[in-house]
Amino acid sequence: MVAVSSTLLFIAFVAYLVATFLFGGAVKSSSSEATKSFERWGKLAISVTIIGFISNLGYFITRWIAAGHAPVSNLFEFTTAFGMMVVGAFILIYFIYRIPALGLFALPIAVLIIAYASMFPRDITPLIPALKSYWLTIHVITAALGESILAISAVAGLIWLLKNIDLTKKSKQRFWIEAVMYVCVLVLGFVAATTTFSLADYKAEYNYVNKEEKVLKMEYHMPAIFGMNESTAITENAMTPLVEMPALVNAKKLTVVTWSVLFGTVLYILLRLILRKRIAAVLQPFAKKANSQFMDEIGYRSVLIGFPVFTLGALIFAMIWAHEAWSRFWGWDPKEVWALITWLFYAVFLHLRLTKGWHGEKSAWLALIGFIIIMFNLVAVNLIIAGLHSYA
Amino acid sequence: MDKIVCTCGNVNPAGTELCESCGRPLNQETKEKKLVDMRYEGSARRSQTYNKTIIDKIWNFFSSVKVGMWIIVSILVAAAIGTILPQVFYVPATTEADIAAYYERIYGTFGKLYYELGLSDLYSSWWFQTLIGMLGISLVIASLDRVIPLYKSLKKQQTKRHISFLKRQRIYGIGEIEASNESIDKAEEKLKTMRYKVKRDGNAILAERGRFSRWGPYVNHTGLIIFLLGVMLRAIPGFYVDETMWLREGETLYIPKTDGYFLESKEFTYETYSKEESSEVFGEAIDRVGSIAKNYQTDVALYKGADDAVAGKPDELEFVKDSSIQVNKPLKFDNFSVFQMDFRLDELKAMKFQLQDKETQESFGDFTIDLSDPQPIYELQNGYKVEILDYYADFTGFEEGVPQSKSPLPNNPAFLVKMYSPEFPKGETSFVMIKETLEPLGENKHKIAFQSVETRDVSGLTIRKDLTLPILMLGGLIFMIGVAQGSYWNHRRIWIQRLEDGQVVIAAHTNKNWLSIMKDIDAVSVVANLPKYEDQQDLDSKAEKGEGV
Ligand code: HEM
Repeated sequence: MVAVSSTLLFIAFVAYLVATFLFGGAVKSSSSEATKSFERWGKLAISVTIIGFISNLGYFITRWIAAGHAPVSNLFEFTTAFGMMVVGAFILIYFIYRIPALGLFALPIAVLIIAYASMFPRDITPLIPALKSYWLTIHVITAALGESILAISAVAGLIWLLKNIDLTKKSKQRFWIEAVMYVCVLVLGFVAATTTFSLADYKAEYNYVNKEEKVLKMEYHMPAIFGMNESTAITENAMTPLVEMPALVNAKKLTVVTWSVLFGTVLYILLRLILRKRIAAVLQPFAKKANSQFMDEIGYRSVLIGFPVFTLGALIFAMIWAHEAWSRFWGWDPKEVWALITWLFYAVFLHLRLTKGWHGEKSAWLALIGFIIIMFNLVAVNLIIAGLHSYA
Repeated sequence: MDKIVCTCGNVNPAGTELCESCGRPLNQETKEKKLVDMRYEGSARRSQTYNKTIIDKIWNFFSSVKVGMWIIVSILVAAAIGTILPQVFYVPATTEADIAAYYERIYGTFGKLYYELGLSDLYSSWWFQTLIGMLGISLVIASLDRVIPLYKSLKKQQTKRHISFLKRQRIYGIGEIEASNESIDKAEEKLKTMRYKVKRDGNAILAERGRFSRWGPYVNHTGLIIFLLGVMLRAIPGFYVDETMWLREGETLYIPKTDGYFLESKEFTYETYSKEESSEVFGEAIDRVGSIAKNYQTDVALYKGADDAVAGKPDELEFVKDSSIQVNKPLKFDNFSVFQMDFRLDELKAMKFQLQDKETQESFGDFTIDLSDPQPIYELQNGYKVEILDYYADFTGFEEGVPQSKSPLPNNPAFLVKMYSPEFPKGETSFVMIKETLEPLGENKHKIAFQSVETRDVSGLTIRKDLTLPILMLGGLIFMIGVAQGSYWNHRRIWIQRLEDGQVVIAAHTNKNWLSIMKDIDAVSVVANLPKYEDQQDLDSKAEKGEGV
């Protein structure tokens, strides 16, 4: 069952990649006279996406059966589910607006998310007492669904910006949009770094002294650029860390981040050298085919659809569960606070748009920032700010 | 201020921009605009009309969306700052001094600063609470300022609108068409099939759909206000109880703040997943992480004593029910819930000693001290007895010769005892600890030898009563209804009118999703042959219309 599940996820992953190229084809042929060919590309692309999505659902269901609980209980499972739902949300919006450009940008983001997720331990973990509740299923699935619908607004915003920012002139906008591209490449860098070192089977153990002045052991899976506080190598021939960090800093995580940035930056430079253009400029022709007004409306519409779902899942169900599990419906735990921040942010987005007329560019940037906040809650809060919710 | 009488005869409240009835612009400024602001139908809002007294000024301040958004953004930023370091309630220290020291020790100068600025207890600081209060006030005032005039003008609107109103709509078209009367009939038919509510007045049509979605924001704001009120109610005594208790196996204790309820712990269980028992699926994870907790459980019996009996005796207690408290499965009774929150394994319960002759190790009898209830005297056979002079449950050492106990928990019990024997009827004094014995008043003949211990587990339970929960749930529910109403539906209006000169006018307004209303008009045009319209706000995107998508 577990093996079947993994295979299905892999099929889904490949299908999304293929569908991305098919959507690319659909976008390219969209303005040509051959509307027939446009339709054929589009139909094929969405079909492959749906096949991938069904396979992805298959992964989810078989893993659920194998584990005996909804596969949303650790970082790998949750992030994968989020990636899957981004595709689901895209399919939903596609059937409202039928815009292939959306697929061309939404699918690679889903692919990146799933690839990122796969870098974390993938074994099925049994549930600790706090997670043993059907509210785990209800709360996490609804919250992830809401976030994925909100993510579509960022995709629409990205397309709007790629289309409308003048990349021939130096501007703040041009800088920031390229920064967004660079961050996407950094995620690839993380995947590349993790894969490289795990293929090389790199392992090194160190003893270190934690902030409570206890001696503990830490296993690195990447060469230690940063060392834990007062660390001494246990593994023979392990690299001596270049810089030793104080007890407060988790040097292992910092090392992972640094390697990801290194790999990502090299990758980015290579891409720039090969393409001889900014990445945004490479993508711009595809975005040019999209209609700004449509993108603007999709951006708003997906926030409108996603916001209530997010509220229900990430706040209301979360409070009900927190009351059952921890005896209080709200405890100012970092994960809770960041869900609240996300919610407040989108509330502000809706108000500015509705009452201050923040359409077009401003709205597109806000949608991107919203997605960054969601990813921050998913990645950084889990990995850096540990709290009750920490999966790591 | 005076009421404004429109040319059509309608009397509008002071401050109205568009006549509530026919839609004519009522002041020069509105007349000069190419498009009218339809947000509140040009109705007279208090905040836009009065600005004299202090009350006006406060009202205007809080009814501004700009101010509201600044309040929300401030809360957002403050909330984020509060997550940089753990808040005090997650820190393992209780006294102010310990907490301050903790932040400095673990997080250095930054931690010290964080603590001194009060950021370590940010969410209960007066200024954070003030911000939340301002949010509440803003919600109330901004909503009242808008919803009443909006309601009035939506109710009063006439089917026939003045051309000056129609041509200032974002979607607008005018032109000569053939068989215009017939067209209007057909449009009316078609719009009805599209679930529009159509009103007809001569040769004018007003087709309207989803007006109720306009109340969505006000409904959701009401939900939020109810929620905030619910949170405030907790401050009132009786609404909210938050207590903790440590309950040892075999012990029966009064449950704090309840009407004479007692809880007996029968057993505490701590289980981890074992590789054998859990299916092979979990094997790898268990290998990787080590042990994974499976269950924390306290088996309890609930008893009811006489009302408000704090020191009730177990024999007067009436059994209510047995229950197993687990994480995620609290015990519930009346309005109280008891949660499994914490535990301590193997706390010392009793210690068994033997009175011996130091040299020969001859025994003069065993006795067991119940550490939660040490007896003053333990009588042994043949006139031997042991008197407990003093008991130090959590012995830490001597300070100026006086034994110290850190807490009443039996973590490291020590006793000052007197041993009586036929040879020493006045007794020999000894200080007994787990590992060694001191003889403060000189060499003894007898000693107390430690034999064995009995241990038991302790459950950390939280007792909670929260009568505000139904109010919070209600607020949440109303909020959800409101956002769904405002997000999943939208308010569309289409005006079609044949003018005196035979031209037909079409105008439309929606509060969101303009592409959808244009689709609706196109669908009507197919059957009814209406004049071409354009989106007057979006002239620049017209160039794109021809392009593919
Ligand atoms: C956390 C707090 C808040 C939440 C979650 C919230 C939520 C909402 C939502 C979902 C909408 C509908 C937006 C749309 O349909 O695009 C809305 C509209 C609105 N909100 Fe809020 N709101 C909040 C606070 C405030 C505050 C503080 C003000 C006061 C200034 C305010 C004033 C308004 C106004 C004036 C509207 C438009 C009403 C209309 O169009 O008839 N809101 N709000």
